[in-house]
Amino acid sequence: MTNWRLPTVRRGALAVWRRNLLVWRKLVGPAIVMNFGEPALYLLGLGFGLGHFVGEMSGMPYLAFLASGIIASSAMTTATFEGMYSVFTRMVPQRTYEAILASPLEIDDILAGEMLWCGTKAAMSGIAILIVAALLGVVDGWQSLWAIPVVFLVGLTFAGPAMIMSALARNYDFFSYYFVLVITPMFIVCGVFYPIDTLPEIVQGFVYLLPLTHAVELARPLVAGGELARPVTNVVVLVGYAAVSYYIAVVLVRRRLMV
Amino acid sequence: MSEPIISARGLDKRYGDFHAVQGIDFDVPRGRCFGFLGPNGAGKTTTLRMLLGLTPMSGGSLSVFGLPMPAEARRVRARTGVVPQADNLDPDFTVAENLAIYASYFGIPRAEVAPRIERLLAFAALTERADARTDSLSGGMQRRLTIARALINDPELVVLDEPTTGLDPQARHVIWSRLSDLRDRGTTLILTTHYMEEAERLCDELVIMDHGRILDQGSPRALIDRHVEPDVIEVRGEASRHLIALAEGVGCRVEQMSTSSYCYTREPGALLEKLRNEHGLTFLHRPAGLEDVFLKLTGRELRD
Ligand SMILES: Nc1ncnc2c1ncn2[C@@H]1O[C@H](COP(=O)(O)OP(=O)(O)O)[C@@H](O)[C@H]1O
Ligand SMILES: [Mg+2]
Repeated sequence: MTNWRLPTVRRGALAVWRRNLLVWRKLVGPAIVMNFGEPALYLLGLGFGLGHFVGEMSGMPYLAFLASGIIASSAMTTATFEGMYSVFTRMVPQRTYEAILASPLEIDDILAGEMLWCGTKAAMSGIAILIVAALLGVVDGWQSLWAIPVVFLVGLTFAGPAMIMSALARNYDFFSYYFVLVITPMFIVCGVFYPIDTLPEIVQGFVYLLPLTHAVELARPLVAGGELARPVTNVVVLVGYAAVSYYIAVVLVRRRLMV
Repeated sequence: MSEPIISARGLDKRYGDFHAVQGIDFDVPRGRCFGFLGPNGAGKTTTLRMLLGLTPMSGGSLSVFGLPMPAEARRVRARTGVVPQADNLDPDFTVAENLAIYASYFGIPRAEVAPRIERLLAFAALTERADARTDSLSGGMQRRLTIARALINDPELVVLDEPTTGLDPQARHVIWSRLSDLRDRGTTLILTTHYMEEAERLCDELVIMDHGRILDQGSPRALIDRHVEPDVIEVRGEASRHLIALAEGVGCRVEQMSTSSYCYTREPGALLEKLRNEHGLTFLHRPAGLEDVFLKLTGRELRD
């Protein structure tokens, strides 16, 4: 019964993306406060507070180290929230997808639009953090703008797995498991707060399989300055996670809705 | 007659072990209103979902607008309007925005959208409420908006799943008049219902469905003539057993359902005479309708 056909993405995905943008625009005030408030809190609280004791990390001020990590992790959490709570709401209680599916659009288009929207929200949160970090004087020049497409990609990377969770969820409680078991551990071990090479070696090997590690590795030098270690690998891993998880999400949502 | 707009042969659907639609055949003529009448669980919604390519068919063949399904589902849906069984308006948008957003899913050029919305709001008598939130609308208004939304792509075919279930009589009449207008303009309508009055008023042709099968098909009049005698005498309550006794030997087919008895007959005179002589017995004499056909074909036990 399972329909494994490879997804086809068409222009219709943009209609779904635009729908979300129009809803977002209605609540733009609170959304922007959230976008700026949370990272500002982290950077000011942790960056200054902890930075006072830590001083430098990996050859840069702790505030710069932290800001360049938070920009990646914030893309992760933003896209994850959107891909779970919002997607589930539209798919199940609100039955927005049911309505859309009566038009020529298909599940492939809907999830592609949702994913683009998750990327867009991740990019918006990234821009907010860049602005806060620049005001705090820890952004290293204009090349840091490259971090914006990077966080957009990171948004896509994490949107896919979140949508898989939505496709499997019976209710909202289910999402707590994913946060506790997947997102929070990545937040802690993937180099946001301290360099990965301080971890035991066997753990490092595992940590390099996690997408957030690659997101941080890419974003940090772009924001805080320094050499990109292995940009091609980083991008390939992020794109790979995005593509595979999108495909799985499409198959699972088909199984859920096309019965 | 012209090519049917929909043609189904051996259309079949299984959900696991459960056989929801059991190989049905039907043709829907263009420009008519075609009804699926059946009790809950008959397989009406499942059949509509297959027509739209929203659920995989388990067997049979199906063509819509002469296009093979489900292969051409996207092209079929581009030319079809859908009113689902339960409203699924977008709660994040106002009435007018709901129409605009829906137009975008069909890729309708922006310049064309505004005049269409204006026309559809007028059609649905919602112009005054254009900027209202959808959750502030009454059930009847939500239904009208859902119907207006289904017309955003100027469809040749509109599929309505129980369009008036749960509405009060006034709201129901408004919707019936809108649907008649649509049909008069040449739009083909397909609707499911378990309201006899709705089927009788709107449908030129209908199928009676139960347990995933089509029991019979035809115009409401033809179905009535084919299955039941033209006159019905009905006695309700305690007194209904009297009818059974009196009806003996006067050429009646007697049926019972819960607390009522019905006598179906071609010659009601003799029984009416007898009933009038019984003191204080209230009875109802009426022409046979679709409901009588429906009950005869689908049986009288309760469904939920
Ligand atoms: N997704 C599903 N999985 C299993 N059984 C289903 C599903 N959808 C409908 N059914 C069953 O198929 C039968 C026909 O359902 P449906 O087409 O909704 O009937 P109707 O619209 O005539 O009330 C019912 O017995 C229903 O319980
Ligand atoms: Mg139904």
